Amino acid sequence: MNLRRIGTSLIAPVIGLLFSLAITAIILVAINASVSTVLSSMWSYGTSPRAMSLMLNLATIYFLSALAVSIGFKMNLFNIGVNGQYVLGAVAAAVVASNLTLPKVASVTIAIFAAMITGALWAGIAAWLKVARGVSEVISTIMLNFIAIGIISYIIVRTGIGTETSLNVRGTKPIPESGMLRGSAFIDPGTSIYGFFFISIIIGIGYWFLLNRTRFGFDLRATGKSASAARTSGVQSNRMIYVTMFLSGAVAGLVGLPYLLGDTGTYSLQFPTDWGFTGIAIALLGRNNPLGIALGAILWAFLDISSGQLILEGVPREISTIMQGLIVIVVVISYEVVRRYQVKSEQTSVAKAMAKQEEVAAV
Amino acid sequence: MLKGLKLASILAVASLALAACGSSGEEATESVAPPEPTVAAVKVGMAYDQDGKGDGSFNDAAFAGLSKAQTDLGVEIKEVNSGASATDATREELLTLLADGGYNPVIAVGFAYSTALAAVAPKYPDTTFAIVDSVVDSANVGSLVFAAEQGSYLTGVIAATASKSGVIGFIGGMEIDLIKAFEAGYIEGARSVNPDIKIESKYMGAAGDNTAWNVPEKAKTATDGMIANGADVVYAAAGGSGLGMFQSVKAAADGGATVWAIGVDSDQYTVPSLAEYKDIILTSMLKRVDVAVFDVIKGVVDGAPLVGIQNFDLSKEGVGYSASNSAVSEFSGAADAAAEKIKSGEVTVGTTVQ
Repeated sequence: MNLRRIGTSLIAPVIGLLFSLAITAIILVAINASVSTVLSSMWSYGTSPRAMSLMLNLATIYFLSALAVSIGFKMNLFNIGVNGQYVLGAVAAAVVASNLTLPKVASVTIAIFAAMITGALWAGIAAWLKVARGVSEVISTIMLNFIAIGIISYIIVRTGIGTETSLNVRGTKPIPESGMLRGSAFIDPGTSIYGFFFISIIIGIGYWFLLNRTRFGFDLRATGKSASAARTSGVQSNRMIYVTMFLSGAVAGLVGLPYLLGDTGTYSLQFPTDWGFTGIAIALLGRNNPLGIALGAILWAFLDISSGQLILEGVPREISTIMQGLIVIVVVISYEVVRRYQVKSEQTSVAKAMAKQEEVAAV
Repeated sequence: MLKGLKLASILAVASLALAACGSSGEEATESVAPPEPTVAAVKVGMAYDQDGKGDGSFNDAAFAGLSKAQTDLGVEIKEVNSGASATDATREELLTLLADGGYNPVIAVGFAYSTALAAVAPKYPDTTFAIVDSVVDSANVGSLVFAAEQGSYLTGVIAATASKSGVIGFIGGMEIDLIKAFEAGYIEGARSVNPDIKIESKYMGAAGDNTAWNVPEKAKTATDGMIANGADVVYAAAGGSGLGMFQSVKAAADGGATVWAIGVDSDQYTVPSLAEYKDIILTSMLKRVDVAVFDVIKGVVDGAPLVGIQNFDLSKEGVGYSASNSAVSEFSGAADAAAEKIKSGEVTVGTTVQ
């Protein structure tokens, strides 16, 4: 790895981010907002202790979601079904935990397993459809999202599992305090950092280890790079599809838990249902690397949280959504541009070296 | 190469943070505080849920109250919305930002804010909060609830008086207690006129089914069925789904039948987007969110904040019926008499269907 190559790798995201900032600035000027005021107020608010606590909590959710997506990406499987997997996982955890009166550790562990198993099984349907019927997982997972939402509405509205949690809102029975994982308020005295923040760090490390330090991880990456080559070297690709989707679904099952166990204690019909799509964008931004994903999740959460401050300044909160979209597109493009440049410069240098050798040989 | 890219992606994110930092540092001094007005103006913060304004009924009614306060009372206003995929945490943060920003009162529009407001209100004892359509138990919160059953009772009286067939219909949005109160009042009012009247009721969705408010095609089919069964007055308390009822009634009226529709929340006879249906809109049950919002603001301006459960009923003109369509004058005598009876306590209207 030469210095020049490292340099060009760094240039890509930097250029990308500066470029997206520049476009955002143009948009801000176009809507008559002061660029400096918007950026400075986003920054000063975003770095206040309370906003940072909220940001880390939201980032925890996004991190898990992006991790789930990137497990699939590593094997060229596009799991768009994180939404469905996590809402079902969260409902399963909520139902199980609300019926338990166990010590915290036991109750939370059981809730986590309930969520992971539910998410894995739901994703497993897409894996089975792909292996047995050749259905693209893109289609099946997105369809399964709708089915999951329908099932949950039915369970909460029509069965005894749902109760009225507050005026006009229905949800699962509240989880007793012994089953919650509220975390502690160590940045801002009034805002807890979800207990799941730490669990998700462990999961991130586990992800890295599994993919980079195990035989399975090697097989998975190999299948992602070239399915036929992997098959030739003895990887059973059908089995890999199952295992990858199960894993992706199991992690996806956890996405709702930071919020469920750290905040609401009930899965109500107001529970957000589109964190899975955010995960796709962040997985792209983080290039499927756990550290990259973590930083991407924090950046995304920063933009989300600070948008609340923006509307107070009279700037539409959608500005931050635009920034998020721009960052993803521009960063992905600049990675590609730089990659092409690298390939080209590699070819030139190889050609030069060859020419030199020939010269030497000729002499 | 892969390693390099990984490193790059990390630095990428970090660099944005730095970029944002850099630009903030230099410019922070630019903003100069505007000269303070001599009399501290009341700053009203209003938080809508999700996308907020533009629904043509509930949220816009709240806005109407807010803009009236802006004109009549000269208050400063600030509107925020929670955006798509809002969580209790982000709603809580919005309310906190408003309270921190010195907005007083802070008004939360919609029951989705219940949990968030219950968490925020006790932290700001000097700020007056209000929530529409829900009850939050805190000393500084005004819970703005509406006696929709009373207003619906009046529309029931009008419907039964206007009906020639002895059959009337009710289209409900989501099957929750909030809407069942509309149905209960409507039925009770209709029966007070004609004890033998037949009432057909249909809900557009079960509790928790958020599509219930936005399925006009379903409401149209349901209304078609009611009209086929002889109903000649139909009342919808179904948000955006109500449009389907107007379409169905309009189609039947165009076919020569004498049928009426009764609108809800806003005076739908005067809503521009419903102009093509106005001929068949006999009246509307008015739920005066605008009045409630205005009263909350006025309370703070006058130094007498409205807190506790504020039941906006007939006597406070928090509910009522609209007389914009002159056709209703024929029936308004009965309705006004019923209103007097409710105000005097001679009649109490229940909130559950008997």
